[in-house]
Amino acid sequence: MIEGLAALYIFMLAGFTGYEIISRVPVILHTPLMSGSNFVHGIVLVGAMFALGIAETPAEQIIGFIAVLLGAGNAVGGYVVTERMLEMFKSSRKDNSGEGR
Amino acid sequence: MELFIQIFYFVAAVLFILGLKQMSSPVTARRGIIWAGVGMVLATLVTFLAPEITDTGQANTNLVLIILAIALGGGYAWWSGKRVAMTDMPQMIAMYNGMGGGAAATIAAVELLKATGEVEHGLASSVPDALGADVAILGILGAIIGTISFSGSIIAWAKLDGRLNRSRLLPGQHLINAAVALATLAFTVAIYFATDLTPIIIFYVLALVLGIFITVPVGGADMPVIISLFNALTGLAVGFEGYVLGNAAMIIAGIVVGSAGSLLTHLMAVAMNRSVANVFFAGVGTDSGAAATGEQGEMKEIKAQDAGILMAFADQVVIIPGYGMAVAQAQHKIWELTQLLTDKGVSVKFAIHPVAGRMPGHMNVLLAEAGVPYDMIYDMEDINADFKKTTVSLVIGANDVVNPSAKNDTSSPLYGMPILNAMDSANVIVIKRGRGAGFSGVENPLFFADNTRMLFGDGQKAANELIHAVKEL
Repeated sequence: MIEGLAALYIFMLAGFTGYEIISRVPVILHTPLMSGSNFVHGIVLVGAMFALGIAETPAEQIIGFIAVLLGAGNAVGGYVVTERMLEMFKSSRKDNSGEGR
Repeated sequence: MELFIQIFYFVAAVLFILGLKQMSSPVTARRGIIWAGVGMVLATLVTFLAPEITDTGQANTNLVLIILAIALGGGYAWWSGKRVAMTDMPQMIAMYNGMGGGAAATIAAVELLKATGEVEHGLASSVPDALGADVAILGILGAIIGTISFSGSIIAWAKLDGRLNRSRLLPGQHLINAAVALATLAFTVAIYFATDLTPIIIFYVLALVLGIFITVPVGGADMPVIISLFNALTGLAVGFEGYVLGNAAMIIAGIVVGSAGSLLTHLMAVAMNRSVANVFFAGVGTDSGAAATGEQGEMKEIKAQDAGILMAFADQVVIIPGYGMAVAQAQHKIWELTQLLTDKGVSVKFAIHPVAGRMPGHMNVLLAEAGVPYDMIYDMEDINADFKKTTVSLVIGANDVVNPSAKNDTSSPLYGMPILNAMDSANVIVIKRGRGAGFSGVENPLFFADNTRMLFGDGQKAANELIHAVKEL
């Protein structure tokens, strides 16, 4: 459903989006942000599920199985470590603010 | 059904972008990862409804395999991610990132396997004939990038985790690397024309080896840049495989990460005064600069008691933590000390060098873990002018980041690196285990300066003694 030039436009727009998101980010968030973007490419799990879903021979099934295994590791691990890091960020004005936790 | 699934992928992509956007401010960061997490769960669940997964002949076995693999891979990652210490966070990011790269590479492997299978059965004449030229090219590109990211990330993990300490595997590593890189490129082209499995297998082996070889020579201090680069590469690989599978969510998430990660890599390299190219090709971080500049006078010791008094009656104390503090697990004690000093009316600030800890921002995470609010933590640019008005700078577990030779000694290996101007403050107290040189092996003239006093001992013990000293006043 996404072919040729349409994909090229998506590539281009997504590229600018990523650049725009990261510019002007404080150094304090470099590590959590790297971890967060690491989590986001865990979407590869979905692709891995398709790869294993369409597998027909045992060889394809084994490789597909590895793909899902690794993809799930990326997604879950990326989420857990990012969440643990960000959980700790709090302001000294914590009691009166409704913003974040 | 197809439209229903696609709508969920669209929502997931929107949530990823909004989540990342929120993660770039400390106030909303927590919400950001949760939004992205919701997107991931939606995308994964809706995939189970896809006809590719429910309708094929092998569906039942494959469906069981999918669930089993998610349970195993996800379960392991959950378990390891929950129990890892904050100090070890960088290598875990490297490992999970490597897994993502590996997943992208194996997706490509399944596609290539299918394509060569069709060729062998006479259904297609070549790989591009079976897949389409555009799909074949992007799929193969994703395969090489993902594989390098996989093996490279695993090496980065092993090096940071202290399991691998070598900076080269073979004599003439750089030449061999070039040869392996050329061979890998040749096979990248070759599998486009492949009619059987052999070149594909050789290609994957070569790409794996290449990832290992280019990462091994990278010095420990440069590791964060490499991890960030591999993160960007994995994103790119995921985007390419997304095109192969015609999955828009994968394309968008992958390319967004690819571009955001590239920019982040660049920002990190700038913060560390390195360029991405010399991280890869110079390997400076590995050569311990043995250029010790001879005698520089005596280090002057101070007792914890006196140091405590000095700080308790100061107007402003700036604490400069380094990785050594985290290793000694002293950050909780330091935070306790900070609270005591604040109660006595002392203004306390934390000064963070961009490369404090193991990667930019890592020290902030470690301090946050101890409970230090982020508005007490200052970046180098914001605090450096402040040192002139500072009564006491407390350096704990840091060394190279306060070394004045980076500013005034052109022969120093550190020359040119921006530093925290601790030497400008009225007094400097350095908590240090022993008298040796720092991570880079370079002598630090600050330790011999007239206004510097050394407090020798383990970080946590020294911090404890300071707390007692301040409490007794």
